[in-house]
Amino acid sequence: MISVASWSQNFLEGGRVNGNVQMDAQYYSEDDKLGITDSTLNFRKFGMNAFGNVNYTNGDFSAGLRFESYLNPMLGFDDRFEGVGIPYWFAKYKVGTLEMTAGHFYEQFGSGLILRGWEEWTLGYDNNFYGFNAHFSPVKGVMLKGLVGNQRYFWEPYEAGNRGIVRGIDGDFYLNDMFGSMAESKTKISIGGSFVSKYEKTQNSPTYTVDSSYSVLDTISGEPIEMINQKTYQLVYPNNVGSWAARANIANGGFNFYVEYAEKGNDPNESNNYIYKKGQAIYSTLSYSQKGLGIFLSTKWIDNMGFKSKLSESGNPSMLDINYLPAISKEHPYSLATVYPYATKPNGEFGFQGQIIYTIPKKSTLGGKYGTTITLNYSSAQSIQKDTIISPITGTMTGSDGYETNFFSIGDILFYQDVNLLIEKKFSTKVKAKIAYYNQTYNKNVVEEDIFDEHHIVYANIGVVDLTYKFDRRNSLRMELQGLWTKEDKGDWAALLLEYNVSPKWFFSVQDEFNYGNPVGDDQIHYYNVSFGYNQKSNRISLRYGRQREGLLCVGGVCRYVPASTGLTLTITSSF
Amino acid sequence: MKNLLLVSLFLLFSVAAFSQEESKALFSLPSVNVKNVSGEPFNTKDISNDGKPIILTFWATWCKPCMKEHDAINEVYEEWVEETGVKLYAVSIDNARSSKRVLPTVNGKGWEFDVLLDPNGDLKRAMNVNIPPHTFIVNGNGEVVWQHVGYLEGDEMEYIEIVEKVIAGEKLD
Repeated sequence: MISVASWSQNFLEGGRVNGNVQMDAQYYSEDDKLGITDSTLNFRKFGMNAFGNVNYTNGDFSAGLRFESYLNPMLGFDDRFEGVGIPYWFAKYKVGTLEMTAGHFYEQFGSGLILRGWEEWTLGYDNNFYGFNAHFSPVKGVMLKGLVGNQRYFWEPYEAGNRGIVRGIDGDFYLNDMFGSMAESKTKISIGGSFVSKYEKTQNSPTYTVDSSYSVLDTISGEPIEMINQKTYQLVYPNNVGSWAARANIANGGFNFYVEYAEKGNDPNESNNYIYKKGQAIYSTLSYSQKGLGIFLSTKWIDNMGFKSKLSESGNPSMLDINYLPAISKEHPYSLATVYPYATKPNGEFGFQGQIIYTIPKKSTLGGKYGTTITLNYSSAQSIQKDTIISPITGTMTGSDGYETNFFSIGDILFYQDVNLLIEKKFSTKVKAKIAYYNQTYNKNVVEEDIFDEHHIVYANIGVVDLTYKFDRRNSLRMELQGLWTKEDKGDWAALLLEYNVSPKWFFSVQDEFNYGNPVGDDQIHYYNVSFGYNQKSNRISLRYGRQREGLLCVGGVCRYVPASTGLTLTITSSF
Repeated sequence: MKNLLLVSLFLLFSVAAFSQEESKALFSLPSVNVKNVSGEPFNTKDISNDGKPIILTFWATWCKPCMKEHDAINEVYEEWVEETGVKLYAVSIDNARSSKRVLPTVNGKGWEFDVLLDPNGDLKRAMNVNIPPHTFIVNGNGEVVWQHVGYLEGDEMEYIEIVEKVIAGEKLD
């Protein structure tokens, strides 16, 4: 007993606890304009999503947990989140260069093309792994990782057969650190590779019956008799699905080049129509930068790369994803520029992005006293070429390879395109301005409905003026004026935001987004919001009343549908 | 039952840790593997500034207030370094979608401070960051002594005041 006590004394000495809490609570009101009544709200007048993290750290040991509650889940979050519990806890220790984690963990191999565990609270997205994870660096410049685990599915505990087990290994090799001869080289090279496999006890797979007829002569009458040959086929689902990826990064001076290639073995599943084709992906970026100038080019090509730890899982919200396929478009911080957002189509997509940032130097004619920054960005996503294969047994793509495609082929259907320009300029110590223009082409059928045609394309022009006026050290006023013009979909929008800040504690804002060009007169709605916030050290409390517009909320290329609502939202975040 | 055990274990830890807390430090900088802006491995225990304070900010290329915060700091950063010797590390939580765009953004913007990449949020989780921007001030012993969530125009002046107090050994409220 004494030894336990003294051990715990030593163990606890120097330990630190920290954590954070976030609570989002919403009270919903009925709203005739938006068609919201108590019954459309399912009589849930109140929604609350909250979490609290507690971490304990003592030297090379750490442990932590996250408590979550959804009572009820807020509008737009899946009902299956309803509940309270601890979906994430871990214990981690490090001895020498070996670090082991038991419990839940997040991990990423390379850019995540075959494995990435992550969470994003605002999306309600969490695909953490539950199992064991090890990181080991045997020599300088080498980092090896290995993991085994199953993934989070709402609150459903893992049971044999209800979802798969994910196993993965990964290695990063920084050649300049590994080889003395390269240590001084200006060219920095690193290479890496990973292998990930999913084991899933496969469920009853569907059967297909195919009849073929033939004739024989009756031995007695000599007349031909029609016979039917009936064959039953059953789809064989693989118990193990493997994938691998290889990557390289080369840097020299201002240049940086990255490429990653990934392949996935046959993986018939709900989201690819149960086809047996292998998956392929390539993702590459090239950048050049020096002070005042940054150039970035990126391209990706993916085919049949949806990879989940349960083959029958699909749909919204996206759950049990093993990998991560980044969307190629840029995330925009202005609200009307996010009315038409983009998320990756895992079954086939070619994407390209280019960006230039240039800062015109201070005290030049064009740059003015403080310099001017110009950012030009272009991104597009389109289909890849597919020649469909119909299976003679199922009569559809199911059971066959699905289609044929050539690596890096580009199809005819535009999914998304965005050209945008941002100019930032400071005029004086009091006045700063940002002006932005966006030209977006949004294939609504593809992005929202997974219907691959060009029958519903939205062309939108968006303009933003963002002005900040600083009265003194603490007080400032910010104004955002936005317009969205389109002949399609819901027509034109205008938005105005006024925000008064008192640093470092207070802010007040009023905002209105007005869909004045909606072709349906009754839908020409004002989405107004009034909000107020208070910061005190690491506490932040904000209160907002108003209307939330219906739409897709996207973070990192994953989107969640948010229905329209009216009400009061209270958000408290706090760290300790 | 398992969860109950865990919770009580943590309560025990927290009581023990709080009762021992004499200094004003909130917690020590954790040791987490992240990457420097060129993509090479970097452990956060190597964050140092010769015993002088450090400002650590969490940001992302898509975060409007973060970009404002860094633009504002960049204008006065040279003076800050001359006057106080402070060093700023800006930790980008951009994920695979945009993390390769960080370096050209930082250079294109002409930011002078150090930038680290935390593409899968490992440091973000270890330091309990909910949403960017989230700013920490770390004393010369590698202990976090102050933190602040969000950015309002002019907040950077608060940061340097805190840094000056830390250097002077004054109490932070």
